[in-house]
Amino acid sequence: MSNIPADLRYARSHEWLRTLSDGNVEVGISDHAQEALGDLVYVQLPDVGRDLAAQEACAVVESVKAASDVYAPVGGKVIEVNEALVKEPELINQDPYGRGWLMRLKPAGSDAAGLLSATDYKTVAEEA
Amino acid sequence: MSMQLREKLIFEHSRPGRGARGQWPPAPAAVPAIPEELRRKQRALLPEVSELDVVRHFTRLSQLNFSIDTHFYPLGSCTMKYNPKACNAAAMLPEFLGRHPLAPSPHSQGFLECMFELQEMLKAVTGMRGVALSPLAGAHGEFAGVAMIRAYHRARGDLQRNEIIVPEAAHGTNPATATMCGCVAREVAVGPDGDVDVEALRAAVGPKTAGIMLTNPSTLGVFERRIEQVAGIVHAAGGLLYYDGANLNAILGKVRPGDMGFDVIHMNLHKTFSTPHGGGGPGAGAVGVSARLLPFLPVPVVVREGSEDDGQYRWLDEADLPQSIGRLTTFGGNAGVLLRAYVYMRMLGREGMHRVGEYATLNANYLAARLQQAGYEAAFPTRRASHEFILTLKKLAQQHGVTAMDVAKRLLDLGFHAPTTYFPLLISECLLIEPTETESKETLDAFVRAMEQILREAQDDPEHLHRAPHTLPVRRLDDVRAARELNLAYREPAR
Amino acid sequence: MPFIPHTEDDVREMLQTIGAGSIEALFDEIPQNLRIRSLDEVPPGLSEPEVMRLMAERARRDGRARCFIGAGAYEHHIPAAVWSTVTRGEFYSAYTPYQAEASQGTLQTIYEYQSMMSSLTGMQVSNASLYDGATAVAEACLMAVRANRKSKSARILLPRSLHPHYRVVTIATASNQGLQFDELPFDRAGGQVNAASLGAFDGQDVTAVVIQQPNFFGVLEDVDALTDWAHAHAAMVIAVVNPTALAVLKPPGEWGTKGADIVVGDGQPFGCPLSSGGPYFGFMTTRMEYVRQMPGRIVGRTVDLDGRPGFTLTLQAREQHIRRAKATSNICTNQGLLMMAGTVYLSLMGAEGLERVAETSMARTDELQRALTALPGVRRIFTRPVFHEVALRLDRPVAPVLAALAERDIQGGIDLSVYYPELGQSMLVCATETKTQGDIQAYVTALGEVLRSAQAA
Repeated sequence: MSNIPADLRYARSHEWLRTLSDGNVEVGISDHAQEALGDLVYVQLPDVGRDLAAQEACAVVESVKAASDVYAPVGGKVIEVNEALVKEPELINQDPYGRGWLMRLKPAGSDAAGLLSATDYKTVAEEA
Repeated sequence: MSMQLREKLIFEHSRPGRGARGQWPPAPAAVPAIPEELRRKQRALLPEVSELDVVRHFTRLSQLNFSIDTHFYPLGSCTMKYNPKACNAAAMLPEFLGRHPLAPSPHSQGFLECMFELQEMLKAVTGMRGVALSPLAGAHGEFAGVAMIRAYHRARGDLQRNEIIVPEAAHGTNPATATMCGCVAREVAVGPDGDVDVEALRAAVGPKTAGIMLTNPSTLGVFERRIEQVAGIVHAAGGLLYYDGANLNAILGKVRPGDMGFDVIHMNLHKTFSTPHGGGGPGAGAVGVSARLLPFLPVPVVVREGSEDDGQYRWLDEADLPQSIGRLTTFGGNAGVLLRAYVYMRMLGREGMHRVGEYATLNANYLAARLQQAGYEAAFPTRRASHEFILTLKKLAQQHGVTAMDVAKRLLDLGFHAPTTYFPLLISECLLIEPTETESKETLDAFVRAMEQILREAQDDPEHLHRAPHTLPVRRLDDVRAARELNLAYREPAR
Repeated sequence: MPFIPHTEDDVREMLQTIGAGSIEALFDEIPQNLRIRSLDEVPPGLSEPEVMRLMAERARRDGRARCFIGAGAYEHHIPAAVWSTVTRGEFYSAYTPYQAEASQGTLQTIYEYQSMMSSLTGMQVSNASLYDGATAVAEACLMAVRANRKSKSARILLPRSLHPHYRVVTIATASNQGLQFDELPFDRAGGQVNAASLGAFDGQDVTAVVIQQPNFFGVLEDVDALTDWAHAHAAMVIAVVNPTALAVLKPPGEWGTKGADIVVGDGQPFGCPLSSGGPYFGFMTTRMEYVRQMPGRIVGRTVDLDGRPGFTLTLQAREQHIRRAKATSNICTNQGLLMMAGTVYLSLMGAEGLERVAETSMARTDELQRALTALPGVRRIFTRPVFHEVALRLDRPVAPVLAALAERDIQGGIDLSVYYPELGQSMLVCATETKTQGDIQAYVTALGEVLRSAQAA
């Protein structure tokens, strides 16, 4: 069974969201998602400064057998992306909730209401 | 037989100063000057090798391949039937090879007569009113077809129709084609019996529907039984029906897309009409249309002016077909492929045409029955197989951890090309198997024996399957490394 | 039964295994009213000797005229080893190399092809071929719109001197996705695109500029100036090139200060017979940074489980079978066998042999145009240097002259006024290395007769 940390919130489309101490949020894909995709070979990240709407496709993660869009779990401005993934996309496979983070956003509002708790996401991941 | 399993790169055979000089033209006495700033300064990295080096290198490479001429190739949805040699020999007659695409009319009548008759025969076997031969592959034909659907709606001032409906089991080219034509692909569900979910379709159609793309038999290897109802729903909503000819072999000589209500169709001549696949092309994706789409056919199209006996043939172009979606190819299409298909159809004739669908279906149903007797699970056991069928290895994966990939790779060891794996995406751990009509019962029986052996190995020694193939020129390749550390061209080693 | 091996016993046993009474019963899921009644429009079948005789007669009717037509398809000598190798069943009758372990021959050949084309065009990566030259230009325009992230306009500049079929195919293909095309005029004296004419687009958002070298008239373009203008205006450069010419002309990777961004063309001159227009193959090369925007198949070198080198299709996540509606293109089947012919051809020619082909073709065209323009009423139209084609003006309508030449079994060129009414009575002629001095003399004599007899009439 895949790892679903209790302190994060999740989107049905398998992104996770962590609220940082400065009020910004960090986004990545779940352990379940990286496992389903297999070894990642490429990550395409958004430009810093781009304004994203909630659920907007903003990144692509690619394995040899699949390519998947990543959707912004909340709306906001991209303030930082994980440049290390350009050379080492496998960081997502190795450490999806840590060194495999994708981007940091300055949230535009408080539209995180639709996100799931770890318990609820566990149900989603088991059904998939 | 000892097969050399490895061959150096052609560049590694190269020696400075060597060359296939007998094949070169003599050096010219004088060459017009090229302005200094436009001249090439450094030669390209091309090998310096003898003719024998070249012949031996590529002959050895050829021996590393599976092919129809050497192996049974039951690749679902690809119709890997035998490619008759006469088709090649006729298309390679020197006059056909030497004919320039813009040759004047008196030097074109023999070739154009073949093309005209090919158009007529394709119309007859598909039930369509017009055919254009120029699209260069199946996906290119799809593009032509959807572009015609779009042009049709636009000509009627119906500008909002930009949705192309595709069943969720469709070939990836269908949604990709919709995008290339500036449309949006909208998926509809398939029911548990393999037919399109009619209620879902009813809910999906509307004033934005441009059309629907269907294969029939579907990619699930079964005939879409409610096709007339589907056609009724789409037409009533103002949309058109597109027939993806990938599976035309199943019904050739039995049912015609035109009679099922389709408005536009592409045919893969490299599947149904037996032109070779060439390791990835060339194909030919001729398109056929119903009466209402005739004005929109891509150019050029061949016509005969005058009688059958002393008529003249010529290409129709933009001036003749002002509403055409235009020209989609530099010249008139993959003529050499079209000639091969023409010869094949003339050799089959009207009697042979019926037999294609019949024996393709007989072989598929026989193989499906034998493999189920052997213990494999069919994805649609209550349905009649068309020219192909799907096995699902879900249980094998659960019980022994053996995947469709493992079975496919092990088949290579046993001398059979693998079936299509992991398509359609709807069925987990699937093998899509299409034997075609040109294979004998003995070949099918041998394939069943190989599949039986694999089933035993799955129980006794699954690890052996995980690590297959064992006897090919290479073992399983590291795809992840290939994508992460891109090595896409040879570079001269530093000296 | 042609191509069906079943004996009556086979059929009986097979039906028994299936549990069906007849082959007909296997079609019981197809509604009866949809079944074919007859196929009378299809003629009865022919045996192999009959069909070969028919085809030989048809071929003979078209004959083997002396061909001086170019216009995107060029008659070069094809060494015998090219097609004897390529039509080996193991290449000819194989499928796309999805099962890498069973397709190393095709895959390695593609890798070698990619290597040769990258080097010839001066770029870093090549795909495994596209359909033909025209569709390659269309795909390059679509790719530029994806790759040029500085541009929002999806606007492409197409020279009027680009092959007219490439122009219309590109527009018919790419307009569906909302691309806009503007035409660049050619210089009426020189025949080239003037860099100065690009000034009209200063300050505007241009996604890419297409540059054909040599252009449709055979004229050599000032590629450095055009490339530098494009890059100075944040536009990408799409080079459309004759691959034979690259033996002697500067590769697009070296055009201007930074080099072209995408290079495309028709590979037909490399081992593909004229064959009435196809099959040929389109080629495309680009910079590594754009490889994920490139359409078509790509082969990579990797290792197998035992660490030994091998080849496999890679970057497949760009393609339709994975990416579906978001794929870079819908292309799957391409022109594999022709790409293979091109690879064998280039192996035989090498850089030096290809130079000979290019230089001899230039020399023959030069001899031809000198001899033709020595006839009264025949003039060269453009002043700039050419590769192996040249535009000529006649003192009378061209179509009847070409028809009269055809009666003498000489295909004298194409009527340029069909595509370029502004050029008046003009034609485009070509001589490759296959034309001997005897061929050229035959053309000159015939044209002289045609021009004189028309005068007399």
